[in-house]
Amino acid sequence: MNELELGWWGVLIAVIGGAIRISTPYLFVSLGETLTEKSGRVNLGLEGTLVMGAMSGFAVAYLTGSPWLGVVAAGIAGSSLGLLHAAVCNLPRVNDIAVGIALFLFGTGLAMFLGKPFIAPRGPRLPSLELGSWSAYPSVRAALEINALFIVGLILAPVLYWGLRHTRWGLVLRTVGDSADAAHALGYSIERVRTLATMAGGFLAGVGGSFLSLYYPGNWNEGLSSGQGLMAVALVIFARWNPLSCFWVSLLFGGAGALGPALQSVGIAQGYYLFNAAPYVLTLIILTWSSSTRHRLIGAPSELTINR
Amino acid sequence: MLSAGPWRTIEAAAISIGAIVVALVVYGIFIALNGIDPIAVYRVLYLGAFGTLFSLEATLTLAAPLMLTALCTAIPARAGLLVIGGEGALVIGGLAAVLAGVSAGGIPRYLGTVLVLLAGALAGGAWIAFAGALRLWRGVNETISTLLLNYIAIALLNHLISGPIRDFGETLKATSWSIPAPFRIGTLPYLNVHWGLAFGIVSCVVLWFVMRRTTFGFAVAVLGGNIRAAQLAGLATARLSLAACIIGGAAAGLAGAIEIVAVHGAASESLVVGFGYGGILIAFLARQNPLAIIPVAILVGGISASGGLLQRRFDMPGAATAVLQGCIFITVLAGNTLYGRWRPSRA
Repeated sequence: MNELELGWWGVLIAVIGGAIRISTPYLFVSLGETLTEKSGRVNLGLEGTLVMGAMSGFAVAYLTGSPWLGVVAAGIAGSSLGLLHAAVCNLPRVNDIAVGIALFLFGTGLAMFLGKPFIAPRGPRLPSLELGSWSAYPSVRAALEINALFIVGLILAPVLYWGLRHTRWGLVLRTVGDSADAAHALGYSIERVRTLATMAGGFLAGVGGSFLSLYYPGNWNEGLSSGQGLMAVALVIFARWNPLSCFWVSLLFGGAGALGPALQSVGIAQGYYLFNAAPYVLTLIILTWSSSTRHRLIGAPSELTINR
Repeated sequence: MLSAGPWRTIEAAAISIGAIVVALVVYGIFIALNGIDPIAVYRVLYLGAFGTLFSLEATLTLAAPLMLTALCTAIPARAGLLVIGGEGALVIGGLAAVLAGVSAGGIPRYLGTVLVLLAGALAGGAWIAFAGALRLWRGVNETISTLLLNYIAIALLNHLISGPIRDFGETLKATSWSIPAPFRIGTLPYLNVHWGLAFGIVSCVVLWFVMRRTTFGFAVAVLGGNIRAAQLAGLATARLSLAACIIGGAAAGLAGAIEIVAVHGAASESLVVGFGYGGILIAFLARQNPLAIIPVAILVGGISASGGLLQRRFDMPGAATAVLQGCIFITVLAGNTLYGRWRPSRA
């Protein structure tokens, strides 16, 4: 059967498949950033964390031959950067947003530095579920090839949602994020909770990065990330600090990112680069639409610096 | 921020220099762990940045746009806004400069240059003012909106140079039409550095004067210090914030226009080399003081300029200088915690 027969259906299939593929790093960075921000701190440096995760994940997977060890290594690298962010931000009078920008530059630089020997070779790849094997169309099969990390994220989102609402840990995290004074009065160490939350967020962002180097595009090079980590903060605002919404928002952004290449495949190359900007324009529009000068964003932790 | 005094200058200088020293030590340990002699690296770094006339010229050429993009963060910061959109404003300024230059083909030489630079500054100013307006009237966080605007600006650049304003005669890489040759500016007397350096230094000095010695600058500082106090004092807070955004954006836009008239002649991916992000680092290192931006930009420009030499001498990755800059950025921010600890008297 001919691919061209699919016509506009082909575009739709490509967008759905692209949404699942491209959304995976978005999902992990947004879940991670949600955890961090729920504690009342912003980590704007997740782009650096993501690239570090991609590099260390690839390096470990390449050296050991196991992609899952790579994912774990990526998470550990991510939580180390999270620890650095938290340690600097725990000092009084240090602006967490500025530290995030510094870590963005530092993390990407460090990944390029340490990752130089690993550029070029193709490493082990994470497994995937072939849900589309019933179809005769290669594009349908490609679209329904669900990667393992997407499934992990799919499970993680409701687990985090439940955990934030119904567990003691979730309550402590939210208390620290909504009223540091109340948490302090209850005897919790604000610094420690925020450090753990930033490290957990870094872990997830690192795992998101390992997706880039271990599944799609599936190699390591200096131009690997196209700003997925930078989008984390915007995604979380869009998702209103809700892990379940993070899932849908990530899918939406993945779909928006897949639109350009999908249209190109049916011969509409006009405005290819403009479609690349779609996620950013979308975020800006949503932010403009949902923000207000009179009240905080609904669901936003009160201690967050970006709301002041 | 309002009471100037020699103590504040000494304190800022001591903490900044201390932070840089700590970063150099940490980075030295890092490269030593990678099997490279840090002392030798720092010697080559100095050589590549300031050691010869040639390297000094390369450093100053890089410092020129960095001074202007640093102002894009520093001036809004005086009004309490954290703008990180220098990269986008520079790209938009470069695009506007090309469009103005191409459409104003026949006009006299110097007038054309002025027009091109003005177009860049205006476009950059409008770009950041947009983020300022979103903040003022819709409450959109300006850090996030300027970050998004960076990506939108780069996508716009890629779109325009891949079709609508592409010079199809240029096949090596996607490049826009070129501005008329007479509009281009040359180098300074006695120094192989383009005139952009003069624009950068003059902008920093003028803006230092405006921010520290005029009523407008004082009003912006009051607004940045305490917005309630500014409102109670009857200051036009919205107009002041917007003005700070326009000035900052115009500086970065001017940097883009200068890159066009002095270096490239046309818009291409060469505009997106991280001057905007380097500018953020410089603004924080200079503690948002326009005058301090000049030496800091030369320092950071020097670190970047020595990257090539480090790469050749030690076979280090190109990102070696980025890691050093990242280290300095982190220690400088951590150093913020030390301010006000040893004030002699709290009169």
